Amino acid sequence: MTRTEAAPAATTPTLLDPTPAAGDVPRFRVDGLGVGFTRGGTHRQVVEDLSFDLFPGRCVAIVGESGSGKSVTARTLVGLTGAGSTVTARTLQFQGRDVRRFGAREWRRTRGAKIGFVLQDALVSLDPLRPVGAEIDEALRLHGWGSRRSRARKVVELLDSVGVPSPALRAAQRSGELSGGLRQRALIASALALDPDVVIADEPTTALDVTVQAQVLDLLARTKERGVSILLISHDLSVVARLADEILVMRGGRVVERGTAQQVLTDPQHDYTKALIAAVPGEHTRGTRLVPPPAGNEAAPVPAPRAHPAAPDAVLEARGLVKRFPVAGGLRRTAVDDVSLTLHRGRTLGIVGESGSGKSTTARLVLALTAPDAGDVTLLGEAWSTVPEPRRRTRRRSIAVVQQDPLSSFDPRWDVERILLDSLPAGHGDRAARGRRVRDLLAQVGLGEEVLPRSPLRLSGGQRQRVAIARALGAEPTVLVLDEAVSALDVSVQAQVLDLLADLQERLGLSYLFISHDLGVIHHVSDEVLVMKDGRVVERGSADDVFLRPREAYTQELVGSLPRLADATHRPTTDRTPGATR
Amino acid sequence: MTTTTAPTTTAPALARRRVLAGRPWTLYLALLLTAWFAVSALWPHLLAPDDPLALHLDSALAPPGVHHLLGTDEAGRDLYSRIVHGTAPALAIGVGASLVSLALALVLGGLAALAVRPVAAAVDRVVEVLFSFPSLLLALLLVALLGQSALTEAVAVGVGTAPGYARMVRGQILATRGSPYVEAAVTLGHSRRRILRRHVLPNAVRPLVAVFALSVGQSIVWASSLSFLGLGVAPPSSEWGALLDAGRLYLTHAWWLTIVPGLVIIVLALTATTLGTHLQASLERNDR
Repeated sequence: MTRTEAAPAATTPTLLDPTPAAGDVPRFRVDGLGVGFTRGGTHRQVVEDLSFDLFPGRCVAIVGESGSGKSVTARTLVGLTGAGSTVTARTLQFQGRDVRRFGAREWRRTRGAKIGFVLQDALVSLDPLRPVGAEIDEALRLHGWGSRRSRARKVVELLDSVGVPSPALRAAQRSGELSGGLRQRALIASALALDPDVVIADEPTTALDVTVQAQVLDLLARTKERGVSILLISHDLSVVARLADEILVMRGGRVVERGTAQQVLTDPQHDYTKALIAAVPGEHTRGTRLVPPPAGNEAAPVPAPRAHPAAPDAVLEARGLVKRFPVAGGLRRTAVDDVSLTLHRGRTLGIVGESGSGKSTTARLVLALTAPDAGDVTLLGEAWSTVPEPRRRTRRRSIAVVQQDPLSSFDPRWDVERILLDSLPAGHGDRAARGRRVRDLLAQVGLGEEVLPRSPLRLSGGQRQRVAIARALGAEPTVLVLDEAVSALDVSVQAQVLDLLADLQERLGLSYLFISHDLGVIHHVSDEVLVMKDGRVVERGSADDVFLRPREAYTQELVGSLPRLADATHRPTTDRTPGATR
Repeated sequence: MTTTTAPTTTAPALARRRVLAGRPWTLYLALLLTAWFAVSALWPHLLAPDDPLALHLDSALAPPGVHHLLGTDEAGRDLYSRIVHGTAPALAIGVGASLVSLALALVLGGLAALAVRPVAAAVDRVVEVLFSFPSLLLALLLVALLGQSALTEAVAVGVGTAPGYARMVRGQILATRGSPYVEAAVTLGHSRRRILRRHVLPNAVRPLVAVFALSVGQSIVWASSLSFLGLGVAPPSSEWGALLDAGRLYLTHAWWLTIVPGLVIIVLALTATTLGTHLQASLERNDR
């Protein structure tokens, strides 16, 4: 093994606050890191001049949107940059040793044992055919930890320590039998199995419900208190607010702003950071645009806080909807249980709930894609769910849908033009008129004609969702059902799409049934809100009433779990000097 | 990079291996062989001007050499010429069997996925019963029923391999029918028939293009097995399976009569499989 001749006594860029107690040695020391990929003769630099020090018991967070280079940075730190990559740095040290000189064996000894890695999606990170206990056991076994029996005990201990209830039982289950939160905790347990000094968590809570997300963040916070260093990668500023001591905001491979969590979140200096923070929808953004109009164009229409005429007519009504699905053992699971709702013309009704709460099934019932077991739906004053499909077909165009994943909602063989042409009503004029209408639809969603011949595969996530919205508009609907329609988008793109939806509602008088797990989004867009849990509506009311003055315990728990940007300022200051307090 | 850059690490070994594997030299080889097989099937005289059935009893059972590139059989017929001239029947059976197989699979799979429940259930059972027969046994049964000819051989092999593909077609159609884009089309008020025609069938059939190429290779092997069992095309045809069968008697002292046709069958099957794999990969690349 190469001994490390202390790389040119790092002129550590004088970093702001998180200077720890004197004598502490950084676990990771990164100075001037650059990562590039060469493919087919072209070189692309994805990370440039990135520097940070990660001290014991501290958390450095890298925040950025997709393509900012944050995940590549995380992989580079554990030597998994990938094929065709070039890594350059003035200093790249793990516990004082230059990781660029690590061979494959050295890395195997380090990964897992000294550096734990937590990835975004526990479902794909865990082997579906193996009990989770065996998965954790493997981490221990590979590093030669203990005997078979002592490992079995350790696995149960670990699961217990990350808050998995009845750990011995759970250890014997496969990942598919666990809920998302339990899976993610099992994954964290395996990352912590060998008492690593550093945990690298890449979007550890992104796929989780808010209440589960809060538990996982608590778990990581406790881990940090034990002196473990955490490198947290996230696109979500409010998640980072709970945990981070230092925040690096990345964009296009460069750090655009860095500072203590409090500085960055409460007093951002860079325009990009400001825009990112402003783009987070929630209580304070209601009735406003999330993306400010371009400078010099102040006259751009800002939709005024919506003032509605008194008692507009109901366009969509559901009464006592019930839907049951057969499950194993001849039983039936009630997915939707006695749900009633009313959507008024030009308004937005939000449905919020965690996964499995029945909100998507409610959407499918309203769209008459599946028939209710009890109850009925009325659309524009006429029976909807009870009439046979052929009679419904002619009326279908008055209720359109935008699905969660735009890519899978397009036929993979079709280009944008064909997708949009297909959405026009059968008798819509001649060829030229149809072409004009398609370009008009594109213009309405803010896209140019150049996307027409492209496959949706070649579009960005935001563009795809705009095409999906354009297709829905092609039907000239009265009601638009948005089923998690912005959930897969980066926050700044989400902000643009939400603004677009607000504009379209203004202009076209659309009524939205807006379904999301994201409380901030629902609070931002909705006039009225339904909170769903286990198929039932637990609370309903105006958006402000539900989110600011929740009456039901469950709603209170939901709202309380929501991470907020302000969390950074409410944290006790003691955790800023770990060396001193312990 | 503006600043001084310290030593550079690439991810070397892995990268190099992947670059090699990515080069489709196998594809070029397969294309070259396909051209050769095509010429031998269409204009065999260009490659082997001699009459494949000409008897030269004086030079019977000559090993591969200068006069007879691949040797001769017990009647002194030139093996190379026979193989070249046997390409057409072998390919015809392979392609014919694949066509029969996929057409049958489309009908059975389509019915199983789309027909009203009693019909679909009945078709499901039929496919399951066909499935439970070993394919070769099924083919043997058909040859026994219909008599020996190149056509029956193709039909027999096609029917024998159809159940597996029928299952695939059924699965494809069901997956496509449940996809979000079909749901989107339903919410646009399009008719069932229009959705079937525009979305379900094209997307369900597309993967079959690649399967077809794979199936040709497989069918030729099947047909050769039938011929080898003496149930294929009757001698003195030069169809490869028949050659294989004829050579069996002389295996101990004229190995080339069995080994060489066997190798040619393997090469053709590999060629078709390689083409099919590349086709499939490129279709999937376009999808993702």
